[in-house]
Amino acid sequence: MRRELRAEWTKLRTEPGAGWLLTALAVLTAAAGAAVCASVTCPAAGCGHDTVRLALAGVQVGQAVAAVLAVLVAGGEYGTGMIRTTLTAMPRRGAVLAAKGAVLTGVTLPAAVLAVLGSLLAGRLVLPGRGFTAAHGHPPLSLADGPTLRAAAGSVLYLALVALLSLGIAFAVRDTAAAIGAVLGLLYASAVLPLMVGDPDWQLVLWRLSPSNAGLSVQATVNLDGLPLGPWAGLGVLVAWTAAALAGGGLLLRVRDA
Amino acid sequence: MRAGGPSAPGGFGRMTRAEWTKFRTVRGWVAGMAAAALVTVLLGLMSAAGSHTSCGGPDDTCPVPPVGPGGEAVDDHFFFAHRPMTGDGSLTARVTSMTGKVRVPDRVPGARRLDARLVPWAKAGLVVKDGVRQGSTYAAVMVTGGHGVRMQHDFTQDTAGLPGGVSAGSPRWLRLDRKGQEITGYESADGRRWTEVGRARLPGLPDTAEIGLFAASPGDLTVTRADFGGSIEQVRFSETTAVFDRVELSGRVAAGAWRRDDIGVTTEADGVTPHHPGGFQESGGTYTVTGVGDIGPVVDGPRPENTLTGVVIALIVVIVVAVVFVTAEYRRGLVRVTLLASPRRGHALAAKAVVIAAVTFAAGLAATAATVSLGTGLLRGNGAVLLPVSGEAQVRLIGGVALMMAATAVLALGLGALLRRGPAAITAGIAVVVVPHLLATASFLPDEAARWLLRLTPAAGFAIQQSIPEYPQVLANYVPSAGFYPLAPWAGLAVLCGYAGLVLVLAVIRLNRRDA
Repeated sequence: MRRELRAEWTKLRTEPGAGWLLTALAVLTAAAGAAVCASVTCPAAGCGHDTVRLALAGVQVGQAVAAVLAVLVAGGEYGTGMIRTTLTAMPRRGAVLAAKGAVLTGVTLPAAVLAVLGSLLAGRLVLPGRGFTAAHGHPPLSLADGPTLRAAAGSVLYLALVALLSLGIAFAVRDTAAAIGAVLGLLYASAVLPLMVGDPDWQLVLWRLSPSNAGLSVQATVNLDGLPLGPWAGLGVLVAWTAAALAGGGLLLRVRDA
Repeated sequence: MRAGGPSAPGGFGRMTRAEWTKFRTVRGWVAGMAAAALVTVLLGLMSAAGSHTSCGGPDDTCPVPPVGPGGEAVDDHFFFAHRPMTGDGSLTARVTSMTGKVRVPDRVPGARRLDARLVPWAKAGLVVKDGVRQGSTYAAVMVTGGHGVRMQHDFTQDTAGLPGGVSAGSPRWLRLDRKGQEITGYESADGRRWTEVGRARLPGLPDTAEIGLFAASPGDLTVTRADFGGSIEQVRFSETTAVFDRVELSGRVAAGAWRRDDIGVTTEADGVTPHHPGGFQESGGTYTVTGVGDIGPVVDGPRPENTLTGVVIALIVVIVVAVVFVTAEYRRGLVRVTLLASPRRGHALAAKAVVIAAVTFAAGLAATAATVSLGTGLLRGNGAVLLPVSGEAQVRLIGGVALMMAATAVLALGLGALLRRGPAAITAGIAVVVVPHLLATASFLPDEAARWLLRLTPAAGFAIQQSIPEYPQVLANYVPSAGFYPLAPWAGLAVLCGYAGLVLVLAVIRLNRRDA
């Protein structure tokens, strides 16, 4: 396993776009969050906005970058034919997938931590100027607050899980363009599907099944009773999707020719 | 080889043909485009089939709103004290008081509580109308709760007069003057110096029209945020009471008393008793009119574009195909052959853009035409009463959405040529077109943020699907999640096309500077 890990780390380290993508993950997430915070105002009468969720809204954008990185890590090898070399040198295909997953998680987590901390910092700086003051019931964002800490940690995990989900799909699809389309389709299209059906029961089912809607409920800090799923249960839905994608991708990697 | 000298091999027509041949011979791309069309149709029909509308009542059917002279659905509900007038003439009156009542949530269930205040668009004044039929042509000059004096006609037209309300200390004089089909509204503070508020031409106004005093007060709208994202709208009863005196009619007016009509009043479950009736009292030259309702276009309700919800998801497929149409050449090295065959690189990319735009437009047009015509049929079958939309708006909806899909394809193609890497370009395309629209219409994002996203990003192009315009004189929840975009339809599409053009130009510059 150490051999595989080392090989995958070397490949990722020398991939020209990887550093840029990780930087983009952190910067775009924080920037999008700051832009959302800057475009909201809280009138003197008060408002029902969830400030933590507003500040972390950039994760909706950052998840796309995490997905691209993951798809490149796996699918890129299929584009160049490198995958055949990889599998010749390391015949244990399950170990290759595990090593890729581990390295990917290893680089995504620090970038996600920076992204989330940057978002919260931006929210802390921007929101008071937009009327979200302690007097209106919106104290400055702080990780000392339990729900905020949970939302932040959950968002970091969310980004890492999205990367792993994309890795699984990329191994199943084996073409970078198709894989990225499938991943982003899954993340974004499933978010709107509940709005397209008229039946409230189906709406609820589709909402709970959607990896992004359910997964991002980990960011909610107000009105938790109104959510169709609790924060951690919601993240659990994404964990299930990720596990299924990795299992499916791993199985196809084992049974198919590369 | 075609005649025409050295430039012939790179002739634009030939290059376009070459690109079309490339597109149609790759099975995955053709399948992708077909899939995009299919996604639009299936998701649209699925959502239309799954939505059931019921309005209660004995037979559970929804009331069909009256239609105004312009063909739009209208609210035409007000109290009207009127007399028939033949030919030219005028009506003058002084409004000395305007008060209102608004229902507020009960503290004790069942005990009605009313607040004494005027809603901003409560209106009272003078109106001339083609009879008392709902939806018939009219012109009115009025005092409002919070928007000063207005002249309005035929439901959609609104002209502002001077600001300010009415009180015993500062009454407002109003005059409505008819000359043929031209109606002029005037206002005055003292009944001597008159200011014109506005003019209206009513081609459908018959020689004998009903002229008189009216009052109406639209329901008080409260919007609260829903937990799922989106919002919950509540409309509470409101009424207004206006006091008129110094009423003067000139012209050929039939003798007799003022006739009273509570136009558009709904009835209680028994079918006879009016629900929230208005009223009219006359005592010694003072007239008191109480009215409920509104005179204006209807903006809330199912609309044809509700069937096009699948477009945003189809766009993901369109973006993938358009990006791969160019990045695949880089991966396979075909781009070197392409550029050798047509050394004017800008032309090569332009030919690709023409092909992808034409293919997407054709697929999109077939999909939107089928979805809108079949989907609206399904919606009607499920009990929905769709707001009527003019033929021009219908064409704009079907053709415009196809154009929007084509412009998105060109934008994605440009991103592919600019970034040269499929995943990066696909992500960028989805991030600038699909994601902003989803965030703006289907998330917890506040409305202000949503509006800015739909102004600044290429997702502004979705504005082309708005078939019912926003009216400043009608109070409604005009937010993106309810289908109201911050930019006008063509302006929104122009923003998207601007981005597509910009990216294409940048791609050409980069293509010319770099080796392939």
